[in-house]
Amino acid sequence: MKRQTQARIITLKIDGVDVAAREHETILELAQENNIFIPTLCHLDGLSEYGGCRICVVEVKGSNRLFPACMTPATEGMEVITNSERLRLYRFSILDMLFSERNHVCSVCVSNGHCDLQYLSAKLGMTRVEVPYLNPKVDVDASHEHFIMDHNRCILCQRCVRVCGEIEGAFTKGVMGRGVNTRIIHDLNGAWGDSDTCTSCGKCVNVCPTGALVEKGKSAGEMVKRRDWLPYLRLMQED
Amino acid sequence: MMIERFEEITTEEQTAVAEHDHTVKVCVAAGCLSSQSDQVLDALKNGVGEHRGCHVKGVGCMGLCSQGPLVAVESKTGAKSGSVMYQNVKAEDAPDIIQSLGKKPVARLELKTNVPFFQRQTKIVLENCGEIDPERIEEYIAVEGYQGLLTAVTELSPIEVIDEIVRSGLRGRGGGGYPTGLKWTTVAKMDGPTKYVICNADEGDPGAFMDRSVLESDPHRVLEGMAIAGYAVGATEGYIYVRGEYPLAVERLKIAIRQANRLGVLGSKVCGTTFDFNVHIRLGAGAFVCGEETALIASIEGKRGTPRPRPPYPAEYGLWGKPTLINNVETFANVPAIVRKGGAWYAGIGTEKSKGTKVFALAGSIQNTGLIEVPMGMSLREIIFEIGGGVPNGNCKAVQTGGPSGGCIPADYFDTPVDYESLKALGSIMGSGGMIIMDDSSSMVDVARYFMEFCMTESCGKCVPCRVGTVHMHTLLNKIYKGEARRHDLETLEKLCDLVMNTSLCGLGQTAPNPVLSTLRYFRHEYMDLLVDGAEDGRGATAVDAQLLEAQS
Amino acid sequence: MVSNTRKLEPPSDDKRWRIVVGTMRRNGFARHSLIETLHTVQESFGFLDEESLHYVAESLRVPLSQVYGVSTFYHLFSLKPAGKHTCVTCTGTACYIKGAPQLLAAIADKHGINPEETTEDGNLSLLTARCVGSCGLGPVAVVDGEVVGKLTPDELLARLQEVMDHHDD
Ligand SMILES: Cc1cc2nc3c(=O)[nH]c(=O)nc-3n(C[C@H](O)[C@H](O)[C@H](O)COP(=O)(O)O)c2cc1C
Ligand code: SF4
Ligand code: SF4
Ligand code: SF4
Ligand code: FES
Ligand code: FES
Ligand code: FES
Repeated sequence: MKRQTQARIITLKIDGVDVAAREHETILELAQENNIFIPTLCHLDGLSEYGGCRICVVEVKGSNRLFPACMTPATEGMEVITNSERLRLYRFSILDMLFSERNHVCSVCVSNGHCDLQYLSAKLGMTRVEVPYLNPKVDVDASHEHFIMDHNRCILCQRCVRVCGEIEGAFTKGVMGRGVNTRIIHDLNGAWGDSDTCTSCGKCVNVCPTGALVEKGKSAGEMVKRRDWLPYLRLMQED
Repeated sequence: MMIERFEEITTEEQTAVAEHDHTVKVCVAAGCLSSQSDQVLDALKNGVGEHRGCHVKGVGCMGLCSQGPLVAVESKTGAKSGSVMYQNVKAEDAPDIIQSLGKKPVARLELKTNVPFFQRQTKIVLENCGEIDPERIEEYIAVEGYQGLLTAVTELSPIEVIDEIVRSGLRGRGGGGYPTGLKWTTVAKMDGPTKYVICNADEGDPGAFMDRSVLESDPHRVLEGMAIAGYAVGATEGYIYVRGEYPLAVERLKIAIRQANRLGVLGSKVCGTTFDFNVHIRLGAGAFVCGEETALIASIEGKRGTPRPRPPYPAEYGLWGKPTLINNVETFANVPAIVRKGGAWYAGIGTEKSKGTKVFALAGSIQNTGLIEVPMGMSLREIIFEIGGGVPNGNCKAVQTGGPSGGCIPADYFDTPVDYESLKALGSIMGSGGMIIMDDSSSMVDVARYFMEFCMTESCGKCVPCRVGTVHMHTLLNKIYKGEARRHDLETLEKLCDLVMNTSLCGLGQTAPNPVLSTLRYFRHEYMDLLVDGAEDGRGATAVDAQLLEAQS
Repeated sequence: MVSNTRKLEPPSDDKRWRIVVGTMRRNGFARHSLIETLHTVQESFGFLDEESLHYVAESLRVPLSQVYGVSTFYHLFSLKPAGKHTCVTCTGTACYIKGAPQLLAAIADKHGINPEETTEDGNLSLLTARCVGSCGLGPVAVVDGEVVGKLTPDELLARLQEVMDHHDD
């Protein structure tokens, strides 16, 4: 869904501040340029947009609907609100949903302290999960030589799926099932270690926001991810 | 010239009809077929062999499906000229029916037709259902079929066609009620040589079968509507996305497309003009969410049917990234008549904001289960008690409209006219046309739980609120229904409704809470009665029928 | 939509593969014909096994992960063979109101299977569908492809027994 960027400049307001945007820029891009914080999980600079986590929703004056900032283009005269009480509560609830969906025990997680989910909860001031954990029985796939996939920590943001296809071109990672039974898979749902298509590039591990994809041999809190390479790679691809 | 060809066919058909004193029509749509109407048809065909002047044919749905197999006999001569209808006909009844031709009808099978069910309907979309053989294009043409398309491509400009649709006030019958003329205008304005027309025949509402009946009974009508749309918006390819569970509809569509291509009303050079229009069929594979337009497009492209945020709308960025017009089966089925008789004629039917007629599928606790078509604005009471014949045993409690995206309307509100706005004001929606009537024996909490289970299993899993929220809501509804919940559980449920409704990506999630919200609005006491700490006097949960509970848990 | 004329050898010389190849050829081996092709495989073989998924993936040049993703997204595709006999119970709204849950309960009771399960002897599979379009006749079940309406639990059990006995002779 790539569009041509035209030079036209439009003006709008974000949280009462006048800002100027290039046409087709998203609300999220614009907010980031203007140092306005909007939480995100499935969005990652350099990957295609997904629009699934819904944590980035914002209000637009004159509409009852909420809009995902990562996928909503800025339009002339728009008045965007990114931090109302209502949005704050919705974001809490979305984190609630994510924490309750799988089994997140941060204290023993190798990504403890370096996890986007954990970081957002702290940043938004969330203190407890209000709904019961669903406690599904999901696997840990440790068959790969270097990496581990722990479905207990997966939030299904599909960053790994996108990087594996869009950047690495391997299409090893995919997604099966639907609804709450959705799972990340490798090839025909085989063990990761058995995959003939995986190049072991490690990109999926580095883009994963949580402790779902980690390197082997790390102990709790040791897994730090590197992502600064993404936007450059993407730029090079487009040229 | 196509027009002469049409006249020829019409004359042939009329001559054939004139040669017969009696026409015997047997419903061979899915409802009656499931009670072996095909055997009835064969028995009658074999039986009339010696009876001259009688023509036996298979036709589409006659509406009163619950009494099937239905057979209609039209006679021009004899003691009993006119028409008779028979219900619950079996193959063994064929000799009696043939014997009676031109004489007294077979009393034990007779179905009274001077009743509101048949008399209070206004048929536009269903006008040919139960009248013509869906597998013969000639019969469709003999009842002015493809006249609308011919007029459009030979006499009108695309803009004039769209003007007619705008004037008609037609709104989308797929549930949303978006003005069809406006949608067509948007797609027509898009640049580019390649555009698509898609007919949404995914009919996902479980308990509705309007689109199915139209496709099985009068498939050419939908094709004609699509071709007119293609001409109006500038598209040369059309896709019909049909539910995989409808093999008969697919079969009849295939036949219809083949016949239309051969006659030259579809394919290249439609009706001898320079306009080309090819129609392809795509099969769904059992995913409710694929009725959502962006998911449907993904599915036609061979992918997982997950929706994406709009904008951009399909009108701008649709199938394979091209401008795409998506309309529902019934929306397209209205188009030929509008072009033939004019938008003003259509706008004369219905209410100020909801024009024309609407097809409904009546099911549940109601006497006359089946398919009906009524003008917009008729009251629920007339539909349920007069046309539907009321509830067989017990009291009518509520009607559910709009399926999993809709709500339950209690009997107190049955004087409400059926139109898009009024139903919305009551917390339900028009939806695609499913009406499920519930009597006293239905628990509203159970109904809410049922629909939540549906949404939970049909959620595509892409967005967090719908994927996880529906599971939590379903768990809570189960807990309430079993009498194990407390007031704070109900509060959590309401909070989740608000979350899922407002933050979900697509219509499935956004409307999933509707059945809960509407039952809470009108039947809150049923929830309260089931809470451990619900009743004012602290009595605790009232027992639900233990056996039912066991059966359903 | 680049078409692919390269034709791969089917996994075996089973005639049914010709039908599958036919579907792919008709669609110019285009990637977007994945769902159509899977429909054909399912129809011809009754289910989608790993071998056929591999074959379809390679023929249409769709990544394995996507083929698996599509196969498991849609309800009508099944990765396991069904039992000798099938009973599809409608759980659409109209049938639900008219007693579909009791039908399911009766089958669970008598045959020990829940929806989407097959008896241990592989004789009977219980499936569900959201409306088979005969709502007027609810509750409805489709027993070995034949629609039966206005069912009571006992009638359904008897009907199942009948088809199972009949076949075993
Ligand atoms: C979850 C979901 C399911 C839908 N299912 C159907 C359907 O089965 N049939 C249909 O025509 N429209 C369905 N729609 C509406 C379509 O997205 C779309 O609005 C419609 O086909 C447009 O046609 P219309 O303007 O003629 O109504 C559904 C929408 C959602 C959100
Ligand atoms: S494994 Fe990580 S990147 Fe992949 S979907 Fe799960 S949380 Fe997202
Ligand atoms: S390591 Fe690279 S190729 Fe392998 S799954 Fe991850 S992103 Fe794909
Ligand atoms: S609302 Fe539900 S069905 Fe729609 S995108 Fe989200 S998860 Fe999928
Ligand atoms: S970041 Fe926008 S929806 Fe996930
Ligand atoms: S299916 Fe025969 S009357 Fe409806
Ligand atoms: S609800 Fe069962 S057939 Fe429609």
